[in-house]
Amino acid sequence: MLRIATLLGLSSLALLAEDGSGVNINAVIMFFVFIAGTMGITKWAASKTKSASDFYTAGGGITGFQNGLAIAGDYISAASFLGISGMIYLQGYDGIIYAIGFLVGWPIILFLMAERLRNLGKFNFTDIAAYRLDEQKIRILAAFGSLTVVTFYLIAQMVGAGKLIEVLFHIPYGWAVALVGALMIIYVTFGGMLATTWVQIIKACLILAGVTFIALMVMAHSGFSLTALVTEATSLHKSGVDILKPGPFVSDPVSAISLGLALMLGTAGLPHILMRFFTVGNAKEARKSVVYATGFIGYFYLLIGIVGLGSIVFLNSDIGKELYLSAEGSVIGGVNMVAVHLSQAVGGDIFLGFIAAVSFATILAVVSGLTLAASNSIAHDLYAIVIRKGNITDAEEMKVSKRTVLVIGFIAVLLGFAFENMNVAFMVGLAFAIAASANFPILILSIYWKKLTTRGAFIGGFVGLITAITLVVLSKTIWVDIFHFEKAIFPYVHPALFSVTAAFVAIWFFSITDKSARAEEDKAGFEAQNIRAQTGIGAEGAVSH
Amino acid sequence: MDQKLVERIKNNPKYQELITKRSSFAIKLAVFMLVVYYSFILTIAFNKEVFANTIGDSIITIAIPIGATIIVLAFITTVIYVIRANGEFEDLEMSIKNDVKDIL
Repeated sequence: MLRIATLLGLSSLALLAEDGSGVNINAVIMFFVFIAGTMGITKWAASKTKSASDFYTAGGGITGFQNGLAIAGDYISAASFLGISGMIYLQGYDGIIYAIGFLVGWPIILFLMAERLRNLGKFNFTDIAAYRLDEQKIRILAAFGSLTVVTFYLIAQMVGAGKLIEVLFHIPYGWAVALVGALMIIYVTFGGMLATTWVQIIKACLILAGVTFIALMVMAHSGFSLTALVTEATSLHKSGVDILKPGPFVSDPVSAISLGLALMLGTAGLPHILMRFFTVGNAKEARKSVVYATGFIGYFYLLIGIVGLGSIVFLNSDIGKELYLSAEGSVIGGVNMVAVHLSQAVGGDIFLGFIAAVSFATILAVVSGLTLAASNSIAHDLYAIVIRKGNITDAEEMKVSKRTVLVIGFIAVLLGFAFENMNVAFMVGLAFAIAASANFPILILSIYWKKLTTRGAFIGGFVGLITAITLVVLSKTIWVDIFHFEKAIFPYVHPALFSVTAAFVAIWFFSITDKSARAEEDKAGFEAQNIRAQTGIGAEGAVSH
Repeated sequence: MDQKLVERIKNNPKYQELITKRSSFAIKLAVFMLVVYYSFILTIAFNKEVFANTIGDSIITIAIPIGATIIVLAFITTVIYVIRANGEFEDLEMSIKNDVKDIL
């Protein structure tokens, strides 16, 4: 089955690729190699994936170092690699603000949440909130939160993938998006978390190596002098020295604070990232994985600054203009492609092939993780626990999970099609805002606040989610750019400051005014929960085979 | 978890020591990172021209090393936390588990 799918995918890719002119043969070969390799992993993982625990958490047998790489892989998504380098190319320093925001969420997760997540949860972060609160209601709420975040994140990834393949293989955008959807469905349904994790680890290593090489070549071009590189970049960029300071992305204080809040707290509410804490054996490994992840992600973001500056220098040189820019001076394939063009400029066709394949792999791996998180929400939270009240066998639950993956795959393809012209890093910013408003407040308060009640969490969680979505829809991004209305109703592009506050206030208010019997039960459960969160006593151990 | 176990652990002085020490350590580090990050964000929000100052005669603005420093600090603080959490605090946890293992 796997083999047939692989053959079909590859032959259609090759056929389509031959139609276009100027197709990068190296990239095609690298694709074949990567897809064949990952299909091999998927086949191996499929043989080891028997229970729901295997499917969702790789049986808890991943080490801290491996998990750190996998988290870095999830994080160094196409949106980070293609989107942030594109942002730096366009706006200079503003891209760095995103990079820093994405990173500083990590220490906070580690200090306040990592061990407690690991000690309290089993499959996903919903387990934590459901520990002492009314499970049914909390699962419904968290499933909505997760699915919304995953949807926005998926859009960004699908768009990135589609654009990338369109440029490199001259495959029509729609086909490219469909191909990504098909491959992702195969990885997840057959290989589950184990395959997803290993694809992610391999990809993280490849992309770190690739970015290191690009950065070295860019620095070599400037004689390893940062000043020389910066000077050249400012002389070629239309904004000149303005690219070296915070610029137009953060036009007013409210937007700046709101964006900062979303980036930092959003990390702690991303379902596909939080899920990774359950793939390791214990809290000790969970902590280690955060250190490795922060190290790899930080290293990557330090280099992406050089990549961004390098893209300004190389794409605007005389040869670069001819090869990579249109007559009007815009980047061929869109601004998300600058890192890919730069890789050809510094490393020739073979390296372009490598980076193209790695970027594609990146997207595949991240969409696989996202899909797994979404199927977990639907099959485990909504179907197994809410609808079937937990009376379900592992085999039945996995069957539902896999069908869910199929449906999500189709939806992702449709969304990728509908949102073709979005800046991918910006879209990820929105996903973060929703994660920060809908998931983070529930999670942090259920861990730390004794007086949290089911009613407070349920109402407050939906308040956060609905506020965030409404404000996004009413902001310029959707209201003007997508719906083509004249003026945005909500004046800021980043909703987090308002939606996070709304969530916290609503949770607080509806908790303290809750006098129900359930509320007493919720509060009474805190002590036992806290002991388990702190010590891991009573937590499920690693289920390794 | 039954009430008997909850009481046993709660009254164990090592448990009190663990949560007091670990919480205060984690909160200190978290506050440190929050102050660093929000100083950065609030400067951009209210007075971003400060970051436009250049270093000496070079054209490089101070925004660039500040950004790089925050990234490095984020990593260093995670290392500091994990060294102590996986050493001292982990030992305390083990010894608590050992104390209650008869009723686990």
